Amino acid sequence: MTATNLHLYVMVAPLLSAFAVNLLGRRSRNWIAPLALGALSFSTLGALLTLQRVLQHGGYRYTVGNWQPPYGIELVIDPLSALMLLLISAVALVATVGALKSVEQELPGREHLFFTLYMILVAGLLGLVMTGDAFNLYVLLEITSITTYGLIAMGRGRAPLASFNYIIMGSIGACFYLLGAGYLYILTGTLNMADIASILPGLQGHAAIATAFGFMMVGLWVKMAFFPLHNWLPNAYSLAPTGAGIMIAPLMTKVTVYLMIRVMFSIFAPEYTFFAHPGVQAGIVWVASLAILCASALALAQRNLRRMLTYILVAEVGYMVGGVWLANSTGMTGAVLHIVNDALMTLCLFLAAAAIVYRTGSLDFDHLRGLYRRMPLTMAAFTVGAFSMIGVPPTCGFFSKWYLILGAVEAGHWEFVVALLLSSLVNAVLFFRIIEIAYFKVNPQPSGDGLLAGEAPLWLLTPLLTAAIALLAVGIGSGPLVNQVIRLALPPGLAP
Amino acid sequence: MDQLLTEIVGKYNYWLYVVLMMIGFYAMIGKRNLVKKLLGMNIFQTAIILFYVSTGVKRGGQIPILDKHAALSHGVDASQIINPLPHVLMLTAIVVSVSVTGVALAILVRIYREYGTLEEDEILEKIRS
Repeated sequence: MTATNLHLYVMVAPLLSAFAVNLLGRRSRNWIAPLALGALSFSTLGALLTLQRVLQHGGYRYTVGNWQPPYGIELVIDPLSALMLLLISAVALVATVGALKSVEQELPGREHLFFTLYMILVAGLLGLVMTGDAFNLYVLLEITSITTYGLIAMGRGRAPLASFNYIIMGSIGACFYLLGAGYLYILTGTLNMADIASILPGLQGHAAIATAFGFMMVGLWVKMAFFPLHNWLPNAYSLAPTGAGIMIAPLMTKVTVYLMIRVMFSIFAPEYTFFAHPGVQAGIVWVASLAILCASALALAQRNLRRMLTYILVAEVGYMVGGVWLANSTGMTGAVLHIVNDALMTLCLFLAAAAIVYRTGSLDFDHLRGLYRRMPLTMAAFTVGAFSMIGVPPTCGFFSKWYLILGAVEAGHWEFVVALLLSSLVNAVLFFRIIEIAYFKVNPQPSGDGLLAGEAPLWLLTPLLTAAIALLAVGIGSGPLVNQVIRLALPPGLAP
Repeated sequence: MDQLLTEIVGKYNYWLYVVLMMIGFYAMIGKRNLVKKLLGMNIFQTAIILFYVSTGVKRGGQIPILDKHAALSHGVDASQIINPLPHVLMLTAIVVSVSVTGVALAILVRIYREYGTLEEDEILEKIRS
């Protein structure tokens, strides 16, 4: 193993462990935890070393199997993708610890199947952020989607129906992306992103380029649940098994936002994306603002913690898409920082929800009464996550929101500023309502299972507290993180 | 009008796929039966697969299997051989489409066991009651 192909091992480790989990986990479920955690710890370590190397020596390209690009598939490891590698493997590692316990309770006897899909999903996500090939991206996108369909369908009750709706919507999204890639292939004769990017400027003004760009964007928006196309997400994510939600919710939408950045800047150039068609850029920021407001309003109407979180997730997608489309480097910094922060915040909140549902069996607001007394540590971590979502200073949510607002002011998009501030306000209402129920309202007569409910087991508590500490650590370390990593990760050619 | 007609006839293959795609799209959005939705999804994907494949076609082109000795001594005339790359790509896309269909069918079996029907309206009614 040499340092040049370390990133490949980062992806291969979860993929191989998926098969091992299936074979050995069938015999005894004691195999699952060491295999899954071992592979993901290895990936996290590898991703850390890759990021360190990229920051010191700059990004590099890697040809798989020595098939030279543009014919072969190329992997691109630049600061942004190395950062995403680390984020995905670390979040997956922490989420897995929690998922192990939660799946043991919810899907007894089917754990090996669950974790087979789970590990393939992690491998697919890691592959997605590295690939430098437009068609390869489609294939990996479908690998992650198909495993997600399976994971969601393992839930109880209406989950299969939600999963089926997700299949229909997700396939439309993937097909749109594929169609866009097809247009680019017809125009340029290549599928390598860098190669397409070098040929496209010579074809400027071709209507087919705009069509390709439109199809790819809409396809990815469907996949990331950008507001008018978000319908599939709340049901799918709130009905999935708790263990699946812990991992899917923080990572899937964020990785798709990363892919949007890839398509916008690695295939197309910023000059094309933002300025070839005036009005498009401003229009998308408007839609993003609308997305934030509508999703926040819908979150207000929910009476179940997990459903509320899924609507907040849709609003957060609006934050990131809007931040990217502000077309300046401050907004872009905010969007990339928010990808990191939102993954951690969502992880923290979904882990807290998993811990609560593990003990009390329900996430309806009425069942949350008196939880601060019964599960003090869980609720403390939940409060940190909630503060981060609202944007209270020492937590990381504040800093990315700050950059986003600065970027919006710089670009003169006041509607986006208003949307961000209003959504923070709505988040405050949402979370203080829960804190009020859980802190001040005491269960008058604890039911039978209510008496038993104590603190969550250590397997759920450790990752939850890790995530909460990470929120504070990333918040306090925002300055160095932005200056030393994210500034390098910004796509070149953006207005400073 | 004449110009439009020549445009349609000249690129009839693309128009065909647009029509196919819209049929699939309509079935996915408009139909209330879950199996019909799935069939619509398949038609939609097939339209895109055919679209890709037709981009490799050349008038009078040969299949891209070359005689090694002839290719080495005379070289290869690219205009005589159809482009195999889109076909190869679509082989992967077909695999993807088949596996999505497989997962969807498995999920439909579970839905049928749960609700005893695959009509969306009836399922929603059962959920509400």
